[in-house]
Amino acid sequence: MPPPRRREKALRHRLAELRGPEIPAKALDARALAALAANPGCRRRAILDGAGVNKAALASALGSPSVFGQSQFAFVRGNAFEAKVKADGGTELLRLAHEKLDRAAEPPAGAQVPDLTAQGPQGRTARTELALREAAEASGTWTLLDHPMLALDVAGSPAFLEPDAVVVHPDGSWTVVEIKSFPMLDGAADPAKVGAAARQAAVYVLALEQVAARLDPAPRVRHRILLVCPKDFSNLPTASAVDVRRQRAVTARQLARLTRIEEIADALPEGTCFSPELPAERLTEAVESVPATYAPECLSACELAFHCRDSSRAAGAVTSLGRPVRAELGGLTTVEDVLAAARGESGDPDDPAVAALRRAAALRAEALATTAAPEVAPCP
Amino acid sequence: MSLIATLARLEAVSTGRAQPAATVRHRHLSDRPLVFVPLITAGEAGAPLGALVGTDRDAPRLLVVPQPRDRDLRFAFLAELADVVLPYVDSFADAVEAAERSETDPETGKRIKVEVELCADAPQLIVPSRAGVDLVRLLGRSMRFRRTAEQDPEAPFPAPPRVPLLGRWLTHFGERARVPGSSLMLAMTDVLGRHWATGQSTLEDQHLGALLAWIAPPEGRSGAEAAQEAELARDADGQLVCPPAGPATDPAFDNKLLAPAIERYDRARTALAAAEDGLEADDRLGALTAAEREIRALVESRTLPTWEAVWQGLDLLRRLPEGARVEERWTRDRWSYTGHRDRVVAGEPPQPRRDDAVTAANKLAAREREQARLEAQEALDDPLMMAARRLSGEAFAGEVVDVVMAYSESKRPSPRPLVTVRTEDGPYLGERVKVYRSLGGKPQTAEFVGYEDGPEGGLLILRVMDKMGRGKEPEEGSVPEKGDRVCFTLFEHEPRGGAKLPDPEETPWTHGGPPGEEAVLEPADPVTEEDVL
Repeated sequence: MPPPRRREKALRHRLAELRGPEIPAKALDARALAALAANPGCRRRAILDGAGVNKAALASALGSPSVFGQSQFAFVRGNAFEAKVKADGGTELLRLAHEKLDRAAEPPAGAQVPDLTAQGPQGRTARTELALREAAEASGTWTLLDHPMLALDVAGSPAFLEPDAVVVHPDGSWTVVEIKSFPMLDGAADPAKVGAAARQAAVYVLALEQVAARLDPAPRVRHRILLVCPKDFSNLPTASAVDVRRQRAVTARQLARLTRIEEIADALPEGTCFSPELPAERLTEAVESVPATYAPECLSACELAFHCRDSSRAAGAVTSLGRPVRAELGGLTTVEDVLAAARGESGDPDDPAVAALRRAAALRAEALATTAAPEVAPCP
Repeated sequence: MSLIATLARLEAVSTGRAQPAATVRHRHLSDRPLVFVPLITAGEAGAPLGALVGTDRDAPRLLVVPQPRDRDLRFAFLAELADVVLPYVDSFADAVEAAERSETDPETGKRIKVEVELCADAPQLIVPSRAGVDLVRLLGRSMRFRRTAEQDPEAPFPAPPRVPLLGRWLTHFGERARVPGSSLMLAMTDVLGRHWATGQSTLEDQHLGALLAWIAPPEGRSGAEAAQEAELARDADGQLVCPPAGPATDPAFDNKLLAPAIERYDRARTALAAAEDGLEADDRLGALTAAEREIRALVESRTLPTWEAVWQGLDLLRRLPEGARVEERWTRDRWSYTGHRDRVVAGEPPQPRRDDAVTAANKLAAREREQARLEAQEALDDPLMMAARRLSGEAFAGEVVDVVMAYSESKRPSPRPLVTVRTEDGPYLGERVKVYRSLGGKPQTAEFVGYEDGPEGGLLILRVMDKMGRGKEPEEGSVPEKGDRVCFTLFEHEPRGGAKLPDPEETPWTHGGPPGEEAVLEPADPVTEEDVL
C-alpha cells in the first residue's frame, strides 16, 4: 500500500481526470450541501461532488438540463441585503451578534475586519486560517471575517466552503453567520427555509471545528449560529440564534459514513470522464456507470435529478413515486412486480407484503365497483 | 399514504392516466367561486407583480404592478384588488337565514339557545397551489395593519381606503384554510391531488400543469409524457411553454423578458419626469404607456394558462358527485364567514400579529376536532376511503348471517339483538369494543361480543346497543336482517373534541394568565425610507 501522502496525491489526480482536463474544481455550494443532506447514500452525487464536477453543465450536456436558476431580482435583492448587513465594517451585524448571542460581552466597537483576499481556494483557506489564528491571539476584541473560505474533508477529498461570515467573540469563541433574504415575519420565518439554512450552517460549523482543532488552545465553535433575515416587509436586518446541534450531529454522522470517494472512483471503468465537452452518449455511459439512488426529493436539491428521474422511471422503480411508497412494498421494487403481485400473477402469497397488496387490490376493486352502480351508496 | 393509494399511483404509472383516489367530491365547490392567480416578484417579501382575478371564466381582471418596488404602484394594485375582492365577499353578507347557536348565559351561567343570523352562502376563493394560499396569508398580514388617511392623518404613507379591510379578509381566508376540510379557500393542486392519484410523486403533484396532464392527458398521449412536457418544455426563447402556477415566476422569464421590460418602463418614467414642455411630455407619456402595456402583456401571458388550468380543474371536480356530508362542513364555513362579517361590522380591530393563549388553544383544538371529523366523514361518504380504513383494521364490512333476539338484564328489558356478521376484513377488535354503523345518517352503536369460531373464522358476533326505539320490540329496520350487507367502523362517526377549555378569565398563569382589560391597538409596521410595503 502506498504511503498516505502518495495516495492522497493519486486520488486528487484521479478526481482531476474524472473532471476532465483543465476544468477547475467547483466548490461545494449551498445546493450541493443540501443535496448531501437530502440524499447521503447516492454514490453518483458523491463522486460528482467529490470530484468538483459542475453538475449543472453536466446535466445540460446529458440533455436533461436542471431547472435551477436565480432570478436577477432575487439576486440583486439578496446582494443588496447582505451588503446592508455588512456595511460600515459590519457594525450592524456585530451589534446583532452581541444582542442575540453574547450579551455578557463588551459591546462591539472598532471590530477587526481582516482582509481575506488571496489566490485560489487553497490560498483563501490558508488566509482564513491565519486570520482566525490572529484573532485567537487578540482576545478581548470582536473580529468579523467576511466571506472566509473553509476546507472540509468530504469522503476523502477537501471540499471548499464559503460561509457568509464568521464572528470571533471577545472570549475567543467563533460563530457562523448565515445571511438570508427570506423575511422574518413577526419573529417567525418559513420553517423549511430556516431548516435548510441550519443544515447549511451546520456544515460550516463542522469545517470550523476542524480549523479550531489545529489551534492550541482550541477555540470553541458555538453551536448556536446567527441567522440574519430582513425584518417583516422591510429590508432592515433582524437576527435570531438558531441551535444547530442536531443538524451538526446528523451531518457529522453522514459525512463519517459516506462511501469513500476513493472506493467509488476505483470501481469506475478506466478512462471514465465527466467533462461536459464530451458527446452525450459517452457522458451517459460514464454517468450510468455509477449507481444513483433517486428519490423525488432530489428534484429540489440536485442538478442531475431529471436525468436520474428518467432512468428511474424507465426502470419502473417504485421509489420514483416517493420514498414512503417503497416502505410498504417489502421486497418488490418495480411497478410491474407490484402490480403483478397485486393481480395474483406472481409473488408468494405467504409474503405479508404480497398478501397485503392483494387485499388492498381486492378492496379497491370492490369500492370502485360499488360506485359504478347507478346509486352512489355511502357504504356497502 | 395507504397501500390502496399507493396501488392507485402504480396503476396510474402503468396505464398512463391518473386513477381515482376518491369516488365522490370531498370539498364544497361554490357556483360562483372567485379565482385568484397571483404572481410575485422574486426576492421580495410579498411584493405582487400582477394577478388575474374574477368570477367569470371568460373575463378575468388583469392587475399589474409595472414596477414592483414602487410603493404607490403597489398600493394602486392592492386598491384595485380590493375593488374586485371586497364587493364579491360582501355580496354574500345580506342573504341570511335564521339559525340557533348555544351560548352561555352570562347571568345564570346556563347554556341557552340564541337566535342568530347565518349567511345563506359564503364566498369561495380558489388559488392554483398551496404557495398561493401562503401568499394570500402574507398579503393579508401586509395590509391589515396599514392605516388609511382617514384612520390616521399622520400616517407617513397612508394606504388607499379599503386596503386594510382587504387585508383582514385575506387573513381570514388564510386562517380558515388551515382548518381541515374547510372550503372557504382552496388550492387547486391540493383538491385535485385529493381526488386523483397520478403516476408521479406528491412533490411533483404540486405542479398544476403536470397534475392536470395526468388527470386529463391530451388525446392520444400518455399522462407521463404530457406531464413531463408541462414541467419542462421550453420554446425557442428558452421560456417554459407551461408557465409555473406561481406565485413564483420562472427565473428565465424574470431575467430574459421581465427585467428588460421593467428597465424600459423605468427609463420611460424618468424621461417623462424630465420632460420640459407639454409636447415632449405627451410623447414621453406615450412611451411610458407602451412600456406599461408591454409588462401587462407579459404578466397576462404567464397567468392566463394558469387561469385556464384552474377552471379546467374546477370542471373536472364538478363532474364528481358531492359527498353526502360535504354540505355539513360547508355550513361550518358559512358560520366562519358570518362570524368574521360580524366582527368587521362591529368595528373590532384586525386579527393580532400573534394569537393570545386562549385563541391559540381554541384554534388548535378546533383543528384537531375538524381533522378527526373530516377523516370519519370522508370514510362514510366514500367507499374508497372506507376501503383504506378496512385495510388498516379500523372498519369492516360483511354480510349478516344470523340475528338472535336478546334482551338486557334490567328491570325493563330493552332489545339487545345479537348479530353475526361474516367478514373477510381483519378489524382490530377486543372484547366489548364499540363499533358504529350509519343508520339513516345517524350512528348506531354495537358491541363486539366475540368470534363464533375463533378469529380465523371471520364470523363476528355483535350486540346492537341503541337506535331501536323505546319499545320492547325494536323498530322496523333498526336491526340488520339476515342477508344484509353491513359496514361497521371502529372510529366514532361524530368524534367529540377534547376536554372543554377554561374560560378566558380562568386562563392559568402558565399560559399568560387572564387577558388584560383592553386590547391595545397594534401599531402598523414602521416605514423606513428604503422600505417596500
